[in-house]
Amino acid sequence: MTAGAGQAQVSGTRAAPGVRTAGRSGARRARSGRAGSGRVGSGRVGFGGMHRSARRTLTGWAFAGPATAIVVGLSIFPAAWAFFISRTRWDGIGEPRALGWRNYSRMAQDTDLLAAARHTLLLTAVFVPAVVVLGMLVATALNQRIRFIGFYRTCIFIPYVASAAATGILASYVFNPQFGAANEVLRRLGLPAQGFLESPHQALFVIVVIALWGEVGFTAVIYLAALQDVPKELTEAAVVDGAGPWRVFWHVTFPQLRPVTVFVAVWETIIAIQLFDLVYTTTRGGPLNTTQTVVYYIYELAFQTHRLGYGAAVAYALFAVTLVLTAVVIWYSRRNNRSEAF
Amino acid sequence: MAAARRRRLPFNPWHLLLMPLALVFALPLVQMLLTSLMTSAEINRFPPKVFPTSLHTEGYRILLAQSHVLRWFGNTVLVSTVAVVAHLILCSTAGYGFARLRFAGRGLAFFAVMATVMIPIQLLMIPTYLMFARLGIVDTLAAAFVPWLASAFGIFLMRQFFLNLPAELEDAARLDGCGTFATFRRIALPLARPALVTLAIFTLLSSWNDLLWPLIAISDDKNFTLQVGLASFQGTRRTYWSQLMAGNVIATAPLVLAFLLAQRRFVATMSLSGMKG
Repeated sequence: MTAGAGQAQVSGTRAAPGVRTAGRSGARRARSGRAGSGRVGSGRVGFGGMHRSARRTLTGWAFAGPATAIVVGLSIFPAAWAFFISRTRWDGIGEPRALGWRNYSRMAQDTDLLAAARHTLLLTAVFVPAVVVLGMLVATALNQRIRFIGFYRTCIFIPYVASAAATGILASYVFNPQFGAANEVLRRLGLPAQGFLESPHQALFVIVVIALWGEVGFTAVIYLAALQDVPKELTEAAVVDGAGPWRVFWHVTFPQLRPVTVFVAVWETIIAIQLFDLVYTTTRGGPLNTTQTVVYYIYELAFQTHRLGYGAAVAYALFAVTLVLTAVVIWYSRRNNRSEAF
Repeated sequence: MAAARRRRLPFNPWHLLLMPLALVFALPLVQMLLTSLMTSAEINRFPPKVFPTSLHTEGYRILLAQSHVLRWFGNTVLVSTVAVVAHLILCSTAGYGFARLRFAGRGLAFFAVMATVMIPIQLLMIPTYLMFARLGIVDTLAAAFVPWLASAFGIFLMRQFFLNLPAELEDAARLDGCGTFATFRRIALPLARPALVTLAIFTLLSSWNDLLWPLIAISDDKNFTLQVGLASFQGTRRTYWSQLMAGNVIATAPLVLAFLLAQRRFVATMSLSGMKG
């Protein structure tokens, strides 16, 4: 239900002519409808044309209408409503009380929220670089033509289909301090046992490791597809010029992977910021609230303590931060790409 | 130098990286399966046993007898089936409409659909819950599948596919007197099979594994989906690991089997869902 911002930006510019002209007169509307598509039809204007364009509109909406109504109806309308809720104090049952912007202004003093924001930030700052680097490394390895490569691929991709709920429960078993496999491995290596998910200092990082387990397969698939698009002539030419494998990767392959890296980074940032399922099925925010993330806090506010107004306000703040963050990353990468092109 | 080093090893050095990685990724799932087949006594022993001495179905039997897990399985199958079928119908027609048909308001409608991908679920869950409560469908299976009937990604995917499809065949069908719907149904849709398979896999994965929304929308444990049920086990069966793992296996096995049977399609879907950006 979430997606990278790049898509909306691209499609936004593409759809812009249609949006601008949608409200104008019929004849123009017929023309503007055509402007977006590559195909040119025979749109006659006149009485017959009017009739035909009405029919065409009906047909078009019969095709696109139902899905559009569902998607837009289940997001634009609730999003607008959430804004009104965010300016009230409301438990969802009684009368909402108007608060103006007070829900927003009190966020700065909410120490629980600030702690949650710190946890989300830390989690994102560790998870995103790790998932990018590991994905790239795993994809490079899986791109080799060696024996058992099919077996390796299957093993590494398969955790991706396991649900976050199942992964979380499995992880609380593997990382169980008393009889989990993780401590058993440490014991055999002669290392001291760890608290893992029960330790306030480790829990957040263990969650990052668990999230990586489920997500590296995905980034590896993306990088694998991108690696296979790198022209062979480029790498072969570099080898002929005497470059070693590391230099070939760093100077030839890596620059080619840049656009994909921007996408993966944005995508995984959104995943990290919105990580809920794993927290819910491992620690539920504990121990001592050290894994309480912003999205988990919103869930608690809205559905455990029934403070819908404040919950909606925090959700809006999160939305704004995500939006700004993605916009900055995309703007930055575009600017860099352009300066490189010159 | 690299060549000399390689000659000394009897195998490609990439194996040194890939073998441990493959084990780290796959072994937890193997342990999940093995633990589901152990007895509590075996699991709680110190030092812990990784391999069971003999296989027991105790975990599965108790789970089936004491919980609604079969019912949850049925609920999940139902929700996912509705999600996949609805996605295939609604997103393919919408994608076709946006790609091929010219109609008033098309640009605005498509822009609105694409704008929705920016809105996070956390913002939508509160009003959507309230909306469903007023419609009286909260705590029913309908609440679980209604948000999965169509998606911006599905519409986008199908539109991209149809945009890249040469239009000559459809034009020829139209010249032969085929109506818009017949052209779509008989010419365009059969050609769209690869995109439809991708869409189906993507929808299956996301609807089957969804936790947050059904967790909010459903509180009657007869209407739980598997994921919500699994999460609820953590409270009720905290230390009964064989039962917890049995539940995990029941919830995960169908997708793992599907993945093993159609790995190529799944991987194509994963890389395509990456192309969203």
